[in-house]
Amino acid sequence: MAAAMTLYRSTIGKKAIMAVTGVILYGFVIVHMIGNLKIFEGPKGFNEYSHFLRVVGEPALPAGTILWLIRIVLTVALILHVSAAIQLTRIDSAGRPVAYKKVKRKQASFASMTLRWGGTAIFFFVIYHLMHFTIGTVHPQFIEGEPYHNVVSGFQLQPLMAGVYLLAVAALGTHLYHGVWSATQTLGLNNRRNDKLFRGLAVLSGIGLFVGFAAIPVVVLLGIIK
Amino acid sequence: MKITVNVWRQKNASSKGRLEKYQVDHVSPDMSFLEMLDTLNQQLMAKGEVPIAFDHDCREGICGSCGVVINGLAHGGQLATTTCQLHMRKFKDGDNITVEPWRANAFPVIKDLMVDRGSFDRIIQAGGFISAHTGSAPDANGTPIPKENADLAFEGAQCIGCGACVAACPNASAMLFTSAKVGHLGLLPQGQPERQQRVLKMVAQMDTEGFGGCTNIGECTAACPKEIGLHFISRLNRDLLGATLRGGSTVD
Ligand code: HEM
Ligand code: SF4
Ligand code: FES
Repeated sequence: MAAAMTLYRSTIGKKAIMAVTGVILYGFVIVHMIGNLKIFEGPKGFNEYSHFLRVVGEPALPAGTILWLIRIVLTVALILHVSAAIQLTRIDSAGRPVAYKKVKRKQASFASMTLRWGGTAIFFFVIYHLMHFTIGTVHPQFIEGEPYHNVVSGFQLQPLMAGVYLLAVAALGTHLYHGVWSATQTLGLNNRRNDKLFRGLAVLSGIGLFVGFAAIPVVVLLGIIK
Repeated sequence: MKITVNVWRQKNASSKGRLEKYQVDHVSPDMSFLEMLDTLNQQLMAKGEVPIAFDHDCREGICGSCGVVINGLAHGGQLATTTCQLHMRKFKDGDNITVEPWRANAFPVIKDLMVDRGSFDRIIQAGGFISAHTGSAPDANGTPIPKENADLAFEGAQCIGCGACVAACPNASAMLFTSAKVGHLGLLPQGQPERQQRVLKMVAQMDTEGFGGCTNIGECTAACPKEIGLHFISRLNRDLLGATLRGGSTVD
């Protein structure tokens, strides 16, 4: 018990929470991206996939059960991830009350230095994104149950918003470019032998997720998908 | 060489400090950075001014006492080099050099460039030791140790406790130091009896001292004069998570 308290109180324990919830969210964004790419199968394939998410588990479970379970897990993960981030940010900035007059960095990456900014951007984007394509409140022509139409018209009618999507997925890619490797450090999985492998996985994840997610607004704006 | 230095001057822990500009006229390229500061201090004393306080002892890169932030980089930023081992030939005639103390909540400034690193000592006191018999020394090769473990333990044991990792970290985190200390003992058979308690206690002390957390940015290892690797931080996390799951007990 004393040990568990030490872990909870320590920055390492909070980071472990960030890492575990981060990996859950990471798993989700990979599946989400693959699902999104079904848009290239046309309206039928895409809408059927969306319908499948709502009925999966039937008839053993009532409709929507699995979907809601996933939503709950993701929401809890996001809340824990963000609250640990806020607690850690406070502790970290208290670590150096007097700033240097002159600071240089030797090897810090852009991604590692912008986790907090990127994370905040992603957080607000997630809220907007849900209101856009799930609830539909900020979508000019939302039709319930017609996700293909919603995506295509959403980006066609508001090209500026497609730009926001590009920025947000760039932030996500950057976040994971550092985050995925960082999580292997935090969870103690990394060592000298596997370091390159985990670095590679993180770089690949960051770039892959950016390209996969960005493809959709781009092809809609280019008129390839109508 | 002629060098201009902007040095942090602060009378004592409670006073407000400021950067003060000095011109040092007779700097030889063969001088170490500390010898350049000595020269400046001679100059100041000749004028009846108070010399600049800075920490130093061995002047051969092994004690960890020296250490200041030079032009924004801990120990001046040269690979695997302490301030005392940094030479003035690294600079150019007429250079303007800013010199600041380590900045961290857990390293309060005592005077000028001197900081109190007692927080590191307390982390060590919390568990950075092994219990051993006194008296006759054990046979040198009596306890077999795999070569790989011995090498890695040695890498961690090289930490001289200088604090550059904290100074360079954007979060002022002491994870690299603590991980080197926990790691080298944990890799050896002699470190096993106290292994679980050691990591729990040293991390608890580290957090109590008011260091920031680790975001795996890696400025620590880049600044470390002993090139302690980030893999020690992963090892520390693994040890802490493991010790916690075992409830700090040494039996499964
Ligand atoms: C889909 C969304 C997200 C995913 C997949 C994700 C994933 C991750 C991962 C894997 C890490 C590495 C954890 C570690 O170093 O152990 C991380 C770190 C971090 N995340 Fe996120 N994250 C997401 C959203 C957010 C949001 C909304 C915020 C809001 C502020 C945020 C803030 C941070 C911060 C500050 C860190 C660094 C924490 C630290 O090292 O102290 N993330 N994220
Ligand atoms: S880990 Fe390196 S930088 Fe940190 S105290 Fe030890 S020797 Fe100095
Ligand atoms: S004075 Fe001992 S390491 Fe520099």
